[in-house]
Amino acid sequence: MKKIIELKNITKSFDGEVVLDNISLDIYDNEFITLLGPSGCGKTTTLRIIGGFETPDSGDVIFMGEDIKDVPPYKRNVNTVFQRYALFPHLNVFENVAFSLREKKVPKDEIKRKVTEMLTLVALKGFEKRSVTSLSGGQQQRVAIARALVNQPKVLLLDEPLAALDLKLRKDMQVELKNIQKATGITFVFVTHDQEEALSMSDTVVVMSEGRIQQIGTPVDIYNEPTNAFVADFIGESNILDGVMLEDRKVSFAGQVFECVDEGFDRREPVDVVVRPEDVDIVPADRGMLKGVVTSVTFLGVHYEIIVDIDGFKWMIQTTDFWDVDETIGLVIEPDAIHVMKKSEYSGMFGDYSTFSDEMEEIGEVEIEELAEIEERGGNRTESGKTDE
Amino acid sequence: MKRASKIYTALMMIFLFAPIAILVVFSFNDAKSLSVFSGFSLHWYRELFRDAETLKAVRNTLVLAVSAALISTAMGTAAAVGINRLRNKVLRQVMDSVTNIPMINPDIITGISLMLMFVFVGRLFGAATSLNFGTMLIAHITFCLPYVILQVLPKLQQMDKSLPEAAMDLGCTPFRAFLKAVLPEIMPGVITGLIMAFTLSLDDFVISYFTSGNGFQTLPIRIYNMTKKTVTPKMYALATIIFFVILTLLLVSNLYDEDEVQRRRAARQIRKASKEEKT
Repeated sequence: MKKIIELKNITKSFDGEVVLDNISLDIYDNEFITLLGPSGCGKTTTLRIIGGFETPDSGDVIFMGEDIKDVPPYKRNVNTVFQRYALFPHLNVFENVAFSLREKKVPKDEIKRKVTEMLTLVALKGFEKRSVTSLSGGQQQRVAIARALVNQPKVLLLDEPLAALDLKLRKDMQVELKNIQKATGITFVFVTHDQEEALSMSDTVVVMSEGRIQQIGTPVDIYNEPTNAFVADFIGESNILDGVMLEDRKVSFAGQVFECVDEGFDRREPVDVVVRPEDVDIVPADRGMLKGVVTSVTFLGVHYEIIVDIDGFKWMIQTTDFWDVDETIGLVIEPDAIHVMKKSEYSGMFGDYSTFSDEMEEIGEVEIEELAEIEERGGNRTESGKTDE
Repeated sequence: MKRASKIYTALMMIFLFAPIAILVVFSFNDAKSLSVFSGFSLHWYRELFRDAETLKAVRNTLVLAVSAALISTAMGTAAAVGINRLRNKVLRQVMDSVTNIPMINPDIITGISLMLMFVFVGRLFGAATSLNFGTMLIAHITFCLPYVILQVLPKLQQMDKSLPEAAMDLGCTPFRAFLKAVLPEIMPGVITGLIMAFTLSLDDFVISYFTSGNGFQTLPIRIYNMTKKTVTPKMYALATIIFFVILTLLLVSNLYDEDEVQRRRAARQIRKASKEEKT
């Protein structure tokens, strides 16, 4: 595979605050790569550096073998789909899509042909004369994609393009975006904080936190083989326990010794152990490897999510069978359900559900949404480069 | 209660518009008297258009107002773009206050200080008379500038910040991006600023009085000089014409704004409707 973009040792700070801390990343031709991470992890800044809207403090940006660090955005063969679409309100759908072609003084009949082609691609044929302000969110999104693709860029940058859409529309657009990427063969660099979105669409996922890349890999690798507690917790649900590697394929945690499939650790090396909630089998108490008491049950449609107290550590387990609160149950963990990770700075910060409750999480989410709204309304975006979400 | 408020409103209207009504009526009076309306006539209008000096003052005023409005709009828009780009909050506050000073400052102070500066600089270069059309133009641009900035800045703040970035992304240089993506968005503010600057320059007396010279007379100064002798109804005619010109400008600018408001409201409704349709 051909490398199309190489970021080398990029560092960037705003007002003394480090946003990107020495990140290096290769992006290959024709891939769908996703930068995934929580708000403020530096993913948008990375995208803006590729787009040319920010200049790194140090490091190189190589585009097809050429250093483009000092090339302005209008000379880069890269186009962007902005978070709030940034369509030109004074132009209609056709003129929005035709914008870059008109700038390049492309002949009129060619403009018409190319714009029509693009609008067909995004299923907006017949909307040419409509004002962009009269379109729904999903339709505006399509116009933004068509406008960015009409130039046939080598790389398309997408900055949380689906964040403003409602759930159902978002699912449809995920499929559609993936199809467009396959049909055009253009490299997509996609920024999101939604792990499900990242897993379902990407060829490669780059997990970021605090300005650093935590892990690069395929969605399956990232889910099954997280490198540290942050990744394990951010991607899906995880029970993360302190453990000790006894020897190859033998690990001790929760007061028991388990068979596992991991090797290559030192003898008696302290490790983090990840057990996904869906990989635990529930059996009667006397037949389990571990024994615990159910402390809460939440019905989620497809399955129940139960919290089990095992010697003070709260596990989250997903099961299709109903278990009542205060029941004592046994757990069986198969060797391939256990994933062992080296200790990291994130050890001990995640993966314990003792403070977990749905109510808490909901309050948290509402607050974040409100903050984002306030920020949007207040026009307080003087540091727009810095705001990540 | 309702009745009282109606009477109150009527009284307000009378106080506000009676003087203008009287002015308009008497500009059409046949005789010179202010107490007797002896018959409708365009006599004073005819007189007015025979008065070469007044006509010249009208022309001066218009030339001055148009140039001051155009220049201050261009400068003010550029300044607003610059202020809007300031990341430092303190610096931004300082800039806001500094641009506001000429607005709060009494005209007479602005007038005198400008005159002093022009004479001082003129002397420095050994000029005998330093006050002319140029100095007056500078003075008018000075007091129009903050009003333009005040109109343009909020439009810039409301605008989606990524619009110019999107334009650059699609191949525009920063300046082209401003022309193609930013200017159309802030146009209502720019137009309102232009009209405000024009009307402000048109009716300014105090600052013009201090900074005029070399026989360059604007209309307000001309009227003032005429009142030193005797007031003829010729001036009622002149005042009437000015009043209606300003009124027209005001209506045009309000209609333009109203149009904008309605367009946005309609767009919002359509968007909302289509969103509801989806869910």
